[in-house]
Amino acid sequence: MNTSRRNFLKSSGLGFLAFGLPPAYLVRAAGAQQGARNKTLVVVFQRGAMDGLNVVIPFKDPNYYRLRPNIAVGEPGSGAECAIDLDGFYGLHPALAPLKNIYDKGQLAFVQASGSPDNTRSHFDAQDYMEIGTPGIKNTPDGWLNRCLDEKKTSPAPFRSVALTAQLPRILAGAAPALTLSSLEEFRPRNIALGNALQKLYANSTDPLFRTGGENLFAAMNELRQIESKIPATAERYPAGRFGAGLSQIARLIKADVGLEIAFSEIGGWDTHANQGGATGQLANRLRELAAGLAAFHRDLGDRMNDVVLLTMSEFGRTASENGNRGTDHGHANVMFAIGGRVRGGKIHGRWPGLAPEVLYEGRDLALTTDFRTVCSEVVSRHLGQQELTKIFPNFRPSTPLGLIA
Amino acid sequence: MSTPLSQEQKTVHFLNRTSFGPTRSEVERVNRLGLRPYLDEQLRPNSLPDNLLEEKLAGLKTMRLSNRELIELYPPPQVARQQADQQGQGMMTRQEMQRPAMIIVELQQARLLRSIYSQRQLFEGMVDFWSNHFNVFSAKGADRWLTTAYDRDTIRPHALGKFRELLLATAQSPAMLFYLDNWLSASPDSPGARFGGQNNRRRGLNENYARELMELHTVGVDGGYTQKDVVEVARCFTGWTIRQPQQRGEFLYEPRIHDNGEKIVMGTRIPAGGGIDDGKKIIDLLARHPATARFIAEKLARRFIADQPPASIVDKAAATFRQSDGDIPSVLRTIIDSAEFFAPENYRAKIKKPLEYVASAVRALGAETQVTHQLFRYVGRMGEPLFLAQPPTGYPDVASSWISPDMLLTRMNFIADLVGNRLPGSRVAAEALRDKETFLRLIAPDGLSSATRAAIAESEGGQAIALAMAAPEFQRR
Repeated sequence: MNTSRRNFLKSSGLGFLAFGLPPAYLVRAAGAQQGARNKTLVVVFQRGAMDGLNVVIPFKDPNYYRLRPNIAVGEPGSGAECAIDLDGFYGLHPALAPLKNIYDKGQLAFVQASGSPDNTRSHFDAQDYMEIGTPGIKNTPDGWLNRCLDEKKTSPAPFRSVALTAQLPRILAGAAPALTLSSLEEFRPRNIALGNALQKLYANSTDPLFRTGGENLFAAMNELRQIESKIPATAERYPAGRFGAGLSQIARLIKADVGLEIAFSEIGGWDTHANQGGATGQLANRLRELAAGLAAFHRDLGDRMNDVVLLTMSEFGRTASENGNRGTDHGHANVMFAIGGRVRGGKIHGRWPGLAPEVLYEGRDLALTTDFRTVCSEVVSRHLGQQELTKIFPNFRPSTPLGLIA
Repeated sequence: MSTPLSQEQKTVHFLNRTSFGPTRSEVERVNRLGLRPYLDEQLRPNSLPDNLLEEKLAGLKTMRLSNRELIELYPPPQVARQQADQQGQGMMTRQEMQRPAMIIVELQQARLLRSIYSQRQLFEGMVDFWSNHFNVFSAKGADRWLTTAYDRDTIRPHALGKFRELLLATAQSPAMLFYLDNWLSASPDSPGARFGGQNNRRRGLNENYARELMELHTVGVDGGYTQKDVVEVARCFTGWTIRQPQQRGEFLYEPRIHDNGEKIVMGTRIPAGGGIDDGKKIIDLLARHPATARFIAEKLARRFIADQPPASIVDKAAATFRQSDGDIPSVLRTIIDSAEFFAPENYRAKIKKPLEYVASAVRALGAETQVTHQLFRYVGRMGEPLFLAQPPTGYPDVASSWISPDMLLTRMNFIADLVGNRLPGSRVAAEALRDKETFLRLIAPDGLSSATRAAIAESEGGQAIALAMAAPEFQRR
């Protein structure tokens, strides 16, 4: 929160909420500063470690079927429920069928064998590393998505970065203000008079944590009230649940031109240690929700997808071979998705390292051939126009860009 | 903040840390007994009668049922349908239609009622602590039926006992065995894994429990174990499983899937042929590992003192842990009866978690509550739906996790509803809102900040109390 904004809130006191005086010039200023149609990066974090080998399936690698006798997805054409051919080598899990036409349009790309190079198999450490953007270094104080914002001029728009989560995720924590909200409709005080009094109380508080927290909250609520008439309702059908609801609200904010640059959403339930299923079952059910959400988001935004890149990531992949319970344990490399109008889609990026015993990472997992930071760096520079990559990913030199963004 | 705490501040600080928030009667009791005798009492919870709470819990039927009874009386939907078909639709009574979701509802109600009304406040706080430390996600499969007994028979009996006993109880609890998949883990070469055909689900090793046992329950992620150790520990626990998880839900050691070979865990040799003792040896090894003493000491100090607790108190608590063989009350006494605990910089240094915030508000107001779903949904929307943490870490205990704009707004809206008597099932008496001065003295014996005082001075009617409770001072403990 910059000083002028804080002074504005202080001097207006209870004013604009109670009497409906809109700080319209602020909204306009924010819009003008960023251009009416700014670029947005949406990150979807799949917490729990998705089994990438059963998502973008290397059906032509004979080791795949050898390692997964009970949970492998059949090769294309092998039956009613089998992989959907992507390029003759890889197939898409059938539960992701709704994404196939986005792939065919060239707006969905995959990066296979990607992820974090650190060898931890702890969910929590691995998620942290992927969120703070410094694998192996725990004491980085802020998240790399926040550092994407930090580089730019401070803007008063509280909707520059939004997490559709209850908690502020580490990836967005840091110096630039970031908003968390779970519902645009419920983001209002139950008692207006109390809300007004608390706005003033928090603004005057000497408790820095709550003064900042209060400022972020009331600034966002007040501006949401000003712009909510611009936010369209959604006609698209998103899957039930928090993930679908979150994507739907991100799409609405993008369409409303409120200056959204970074959005974050998450989807859990990927930790399939037992009975994960093959073409159907536990993992398939998670993929179905993921695909329904992503496909609805893509349809919903239509042409606006030219201004959007959506990137998925998950803390690590899972063991190349199935375990004793028809599930998979914690592994290493995984697959990332990139969706957007300017994504060079319709192909699988990244070098396939193979699944032969001698090339498996630590003898058990898919080896990593693309650091997730290489993928993110390319998206951040080519899509968001952010060139100071050493601040976003310190001590990291990205490899040759994959050519993911046109 | 270098002035030492006043006696009144000390009392309120002590109650803020060792209970779900001060009430007028508890402040009086501490003043009458003195801090140390009061702490002694709290560390021996069975000496404290809890009649009011028992009355409030009496209506929660599921709390007294075994796993087997819960599965029978609250069957999964498909089983309920089968039963109804067999008996003919007309025969289906209301009781038979009980939905398993009710089990979690009653667990949540009981946890809130206990946090608010129990006289054994430190004990209830430790139940909350261990429930997060040894988290299970009650919505995962069979855990819908297994979490009630987990809370009642695994966590609560040992919450103020010996760490080793608690660890062993969780390791053998059907709820944990199911949540972290150990019930399925089998030695691939064992007879039980090799035979049994396509329907045999227990055909090989599962690392899930072994890893979290070390990373989260005992030595911590930097505790010095390797991926090899994870596999070796998993081998030790093969055969620790559940007898009929969907019908009986009892712990079972199944020798036919146990790995009988030799294992080496963090340099310690576990000889071949140990059977069920392999797992028990690992429990002993980990419970007595110095990294565990430190890990638990730090986590307790984080809860009782500060998000970043002083190294001095962590050292002392870890030493007590080692010397007392993991005696939880001894470790707590070291932490609570310390200079660090009462240091001025740690006064109000903690942010209340949602459960703490909600319970402390109801307690401070002396409100009557039935804990309706509106109340526990508020706890959920603040970010802490009880018994529903999906990752094995449980809920975090640091400030940054709890004050996002959305969570802060929900806290304010909860206070508006509670104080405005618009929360169904909860009632704040008019007198409680009238005596403003006594109330403010209870929640802020050192006086309120100028921002809060100014807001209260401009407020009307019952708004003053609501403002004080939504203010930053009351968000902290």
